Amino acid sequence: MSNKVVHALYDDDDVLLNAVKMIRSEKHHIEEVYTPFPVHGLDKAMGLEETRIAIMAFIYGCIGLCVAVAMMNFIMIEDWPQNIGGKPSFSYLENMPAFVPIMFEMTVFFAAHLMVITFYMRSKLWPFKKAENPNPLTTDDKFLVEIEIHDNEKELEQLLNKSGAIDVSIIEKPE
Amino acid sequence: MYTFPNKLRNLAIVFMAVGFMGLVYGFLAAPNTIEEAKAIVAANHGEGHGSSHESSDAETSHEESTTHAVEASHGESHDAEHDEHVFHQLSNKPWAALYVAAFFFFMISLGVLAFYAIQRAAQAGWSPVLYRVMEGITAYLLPGGIIVIAILALSGMHLNHLFIWMDPEVVAHDKLIAGKVGFLNVPFFLIRAVIFLSGWTLYRYFSRKFSLAQDEANDISNHKKNFRISAAFLVFYIVTESIMSWDWVMSIDPHWFSTLFGWYVFASMFVSGITAIALITIYLKSKGYLEFVNDSHIHDLGKFMFGISVFWTYLWFSQFMLIWYSNIPEEVTYFITRIEDYNLPFFGMLIMNFIFPLLILMNSDYKRINYFIVMAGIVIILGHYMDVFNMIMPSAVGDQWFIGAAEIGGFLFFLGLFIFIVFKEMTKAPLLAKGDPYMGESERFHY
Repeated sequence: MSNKVVHALYDDDDVLLNAVKMIRSEKHHIEEVYTPFPVHGLDKAMGLEETRIAIMAFIYGCIGLCVAVAMMNFIMIEDWPQNIGGKPSFSYLENMPAFVPIMFEMTVFFAAHLMVITFYMRSKLWPFKKAENPNPLTTDDKFLVEIEIHDNEKELEQLLNKSGAIDVSIIEKPE
Repeated sequence: MYTFPNKLRNLAIVFMAVGFMGLVYGFLAAPNTIEEAKAIVAANHGEGHGSSHESSDAETSHEESTTHAVEASHGESHDAEHDEHVFHQLSNKPWAALYVAAFFFFMISLGVLAFYAIQRAAQAGWSPVLYRVMEGITAYLLPGGIIVIAILALSGMHLNHLFIWMDPEVVAHDKLIAGKVGFLNVPFFLIRAVIFLSGWTLYRYFSRKFSLAQDEANDISNHKKNFRISAAFLVFYIVTESIMSWDWVMSIDPHWFSTLFGWYVFASMFVSGITAIALITIYLKSKGYLEFVNDSHIHDLGKFMFGISVFWTYLWFSQFMLIWYSNIPEEVTYFITRIEDYNLPFFGMLIMNFIFPLLILMNSDYKRINYFIVMAGIVIILGHYMDVFNMIMPSAVGDQWFIGAAEIGGFLFFLGLFIFIVFKEMTKAPLLAKGDPYMGESERFHY
């Protein structure tokens, strides 16, 4: 199994997008693309699977809503019944308008935080993790496409140069 | 060029005819004289108060007088003044049905006008393909506005009793209304209405003119003029729309006031307007027109429908929660009548205007499927009709609300008129505003 990869640098996101489409139409497998900012439409061009984070966001929101209802019910109704707005009904439902802002905030809080945590876990990111990007230029203004080599160096190099890469280099990847 | 299909024209005319008959029936069923109203009172008196809306007309008048707090002058006995009041309340129902529907469809076209002006002022790149649809809908502004102002003028002439502050007898016995006479008096009220409508119509007239002129122009001077008048119009609009909503809607309940009422009505008209744009666009597309409108445009309209529905709910709840929480009698009576007598429409509209669009339009993919947009759109339109219904009916007819011949007739009549005028306007110009400098961007627009 070869662990040689080719790194192609680009300096424009439109050129990158066209290059990715071209490389994929030539049936080469793109390992990874490193970009300094999210490039619109790149996920589709790379043929990545659609994100499922939206579904998780909905589920997390529902969990947050349930937590808020249970919490407010315990705090304000059961544990220490409160007279809310001069309406001592001591019923959650009748006092619901007073709890709506909390229910809303908890929904947003849970959805947002759990989504970020999910994203970090899914992307295998955690504090003090060593950066994975092979070229620090990709944190500035360059885009990098990484393709695995299967004895087709010449052909690949030609293709990448044609696609508008400003630099093509072959790298031995330490496993 | 679009031609108004005969099928649709006939449908609009049928709607108008059926609606007109419903309205006529509603007016005929209302009592014509004080004696008739008295007879109803005599026939039904003694059934007791506080029962639900199956109860008699006579009770309406009682409930009504309580909610309106004009009962100061009314004793236990049925004096002549009271009989007259009863009579006014009973004759209100068909008028209120007419007014709700007239205002609702007028509000849609005003909401579209604001949306259109925002697109122009923001120099939006995605929406120019929809400009002709929006211009078609705003064609209803002038006729619809004239009808609404005519109803207001008839109220001012005491042909109906929708606005109790217009009755000098009521004002004489009501210190709260008497204190507002400087603002709430019939001549000033009608002058304001005419100024508002002329301002909106003027903008609509010039904007349409520049838009049509831009089609043939070689430079973009018309586009620039349109940008300038749109920005100016938005300033005028947000002030006048707010005052309009106090005048035409909130003053039906002259004791009650809410400082965000203008925004609340704005959110309602904005979301119904955007929904109307989406429905008409999808209709035209299904007939083979607007081939340049793609999924992404529908997707964006869907996002607006979703977003503004949530915005409407935010304002509805902001208004409701503060009043509910503070529980001040003269404020909270507004919501108590709605929750007690209008439970189903009041909470029903919350489901139609918030929960349904929230769940249906949340998914990104659903917003690209016409079927879902149409389904959500119809529910939103009906939901905002119910919203206007809930704003006007409780003060006009008390717990005697009923979605009957007059209400359905009013809705159908103005729906027919709306379709007729809107689609007629769209035949007058090409459906693509081809001279717009952003047209290329809009046609290529994709998500």
